[in-house]
Amino acid sequence: MFEIVLQISLLCVSISMLGLLYRLIKGPTVPDRVVALDAMGINLIAIMALTSMLLDTTAYLEGILLLGILSFIGTVAFSKFIEKGEVIENDRDL
Amino acid sequence: MKTNDLILQTVTKVASPVIFLFSIYIFFGGHYSPGGGFVGGLLASGAIVLLLLSYDIKTVANILPIDYKLVVAIGLLIAALTGTGALVFDAPFMTHAYQYFDLPIIGHTSLHTAVLFDLGVYLVVIGVTMTIIQTIGESE
Repeated sequence: MFEIVLQISLLCVSISMLGLLYRLIKGPTVPDRVVALDAMGINLIAIMALTSMLLDTTAYLEGILLLGILSFIGTVAFSKFIEKGEVIENDRDL
Repeated sequence: MKTNDLILQTVTKVASPVIFLFSIYIFFGGHYSPGGGFVGGLLASGAIVLLLLSYDIKTVANILPIDYKLVVAIGLLIAALTGTGALVFDAPFMTHAYQYFDLPIIGHTSLHTAVLFDLGVYLVVIGVTMTIIQTIGESE
């Protein structure tokens, strides 16, 4: 019973990732694509959590936290590139 | 154009110690759970990259006055020395040993010389990643 619930929720998350993939390909502006990528990262975390429950293991838990951190850093880097044109500044007081 | 990055900088101040702690946890847990020197080093350099993103190269060089090329050299030296250390005890190159110790606070723990080799990997990964990112970021 619990396994069926997990499989249904995996299916739902996968369908929502397909919707985000549509926005990533079609998205008219760059910020649309960045937001789609960020949300895809969150959905990947959900898929990893559901898979680790389905396989009954705790080996994926470090990976979940790692993916959250990396997705945050990536989104910040993309947003800074869109806002300023460079990701890492030499001296911001200039 | 001056921009106001107050939210990003405040989040960085809270998040980067957590990321450093997680990297140290992954480094020491690598023997029994997923992780190890490589992922821990990448995560630590990820925390420094987050600092670089919300501040700039000069400020981060003030906070962490580290020459990352030296870090690579120290890491390689540690890894090579733990390999050659086995030769002193008449064992083949890269032979590792472990022993159980009763430490004051932690209690009964096994200390393994593979941790020292992993420390070398950790330092090399941090040094290489930060050298690449800083040399690309500094060019005008």
